[in-house]
Amino acid sequence: MLRARAAKKFSKFALVPLVIFTIVLVIPFVNGFYYTFTDWDGFETTKFVGFDNYVKSFKDPTFWATLRFTTLFVVVSLVIVNVVAFGLALIVTSNLRSRNVLRTFFFVPNLIGGVVLGVIWQFVFNSALVALANKYDWALFKESWLQDTHKAFWALIIVTVWQSSGYMMIVYITGLVSIEQEVLEASQIDGASPLRTLLTIKIPLMAQAFTIALFLTLRGGFMAYDVNVALTGGGPFRTTELISLHIFQDAFANGNFGTGQSKAVVMFIIVAMAALVQVTISKRYEVQR
Amino acid sequence: MSQQRRLGKKITFIVGGILAFAYVFPFFLVFVNALKLKPDILANPLSIPTSITWDNFNQALTKMNFFRSLTNSIIITVLSVSLLVVFSSMLAYYLSRTKTNLSKYIFLILVASMIVPFQALMIPFMARFAQFVSWNNRGALIFFYIGFGVALSTFLYHGFISNIPTEIDEAASIDGASDMVAFWKIIFPMMRPITATVSIINALWIWNDFLLPRLVLTNETQTLPLSTYLFYGQYSIEYGQAMAGLLLAVIPIIIFYLALQRQFIAGISAGAVK
Repeated sequence: MLRARAAKKFSKFALVPLVIFTIVLVIPFVNGFYYTFTDWDGFETTKFVGFDNYVKSFKDPTFWATLRFTTLFVVVSLVIVNVVAFGLALIVTSNLRSRNVLRTFFFVPNLIGGVVLGVIWQFVFNSALVALANKYDWALFKESWLQDTHKAFWALIIVTVWQSSGYMMIVYITGLVSIEQEVLEASQIDGASPLRTLLTIKIPLMAQAFTIALFLTLRGGFMAYDVNVALTGGGPFRTTELISLHIFQDAFANGNFGTGQSKAVVMFIIVAMAALVQVTISKRYEVQR
Repeated sequence: MSQQRRLGKKITFIVGGILAFAYVFPFFLVFVNALKLKPDILANPLSIPTSITWDNFNQALTKMNFFRSLTNSIIITVLSVSLLVVFSSMLAYYLSRTKTNLSKYIFLILVASMIVPFQALMIPFMARFAQFVSWNNRGALIFFYIGFGVALSTFLYHGFISNIPTEIDEAASIDGASDMVAFWKIIFPMMRPITATVSIINALWIWNDFLLPRLVLTNETQTLPLSTYLFYGQYSIEYGQAMAGLLLAVIPIIIFYLALQRQFIAGISAGAVK
């Protein structure tokens, strides 16, 4: 009787979303692992091939180049996004009268999807800056930044920072305003300078915000696709392909479903490990209140 | 001391101003150039248009099928977000009120699934669902969004429901309300703030999503980000039209944001602390 009622409640409240979740996420995830050990061509599998797909993936020099490029991108964008976002949060939580307007300005790029942002900046780098450079003779921008691997990397970083710092700013604002006013007043009475208050009181007390912002930027960095496609398209000569785009090209443009999927599994493992390490380390700095 | 503080304030103001300028500058470029003719853009992208031309907008509106994409985007976003709210609030209610091992494990799996990048699924995903997609691609896309979004939404609701005392459910049940009635008439209305958060976070994600629609949708059903991307790819040489297209793509979400600004910021910070 009780059991039947519990089952009825489960079927009313939980069944449909869990079935959809299983179909959309769990099954493809398990399937994806399975496929990497077979000769799957996107349609059917005929035999097991062991670790062949993984061996092939790691023998692919462009995959290594992509992994290097992605790691560099994740590290650099993670550092700059968080430094900038924290700075923005300090500005908009100061006592400036214009702080609400500023917050809107900083946040707006975040509302717009990566693809639209990417093409806006493609225009900026390819056309606007080049036209201005020719007019005013600025050597730095005469050639489009997107034609050069090294500069295209920085273009990707600039757009990523511009896009995601507004979101992380909100995360840091949440952390900053959660600090009790009495603690700050006490430190002021004790004569602590603003910088000292920031370093020894505010930052330790809002460590949780750092855990979250770092996690989100880490994950976002590894998964970045939209800006990459729309800004550089992986060019020049596939030298600015982040791992997402690389997998997409491998599977859907070149039809290598086996290696594409094993690269995707490698990506999943890297993201999971990196996130786990980051969260474990960050958690250690969180003050229990 | 106060002089030092005033100086500090001045510096913050100047730095903030410069940064704000840098953040809106690309939008400014898009805006002024959308109103200009091609030679004027190449001569000086910074100049304010001397003679305003609306032709760019007319061209962009038809070439990127603006209203069709806008309608698609609205349908897909509204349906997906509403269904996500319904399903995940109910699931979260069930998981937080039923203290069994089963619900504990389900919750753990949902949380763990949030770390899986979509890229790790997309290849088997597309192979498996090709038929479903070709049958009704908008329906399939909405179905996929529910599957991908349910974990985070349930997680957010779960945190909120845990703070609603169970006495309320008990009172409702004593008064003879069924589970469903108690949930929809009493619990759900109490969750307005978190419903706002869940809706905004999901709406932003789905409205702007590109990779999944790119894999799933066809020409007739493409959403705004997709048609903007394709349009820009084809007409990037026609700078004025391309800029007009970008401006059109940006306007709806900015209006939406300005109308709901307070809820947006509150929603994102509520989502962030979890």
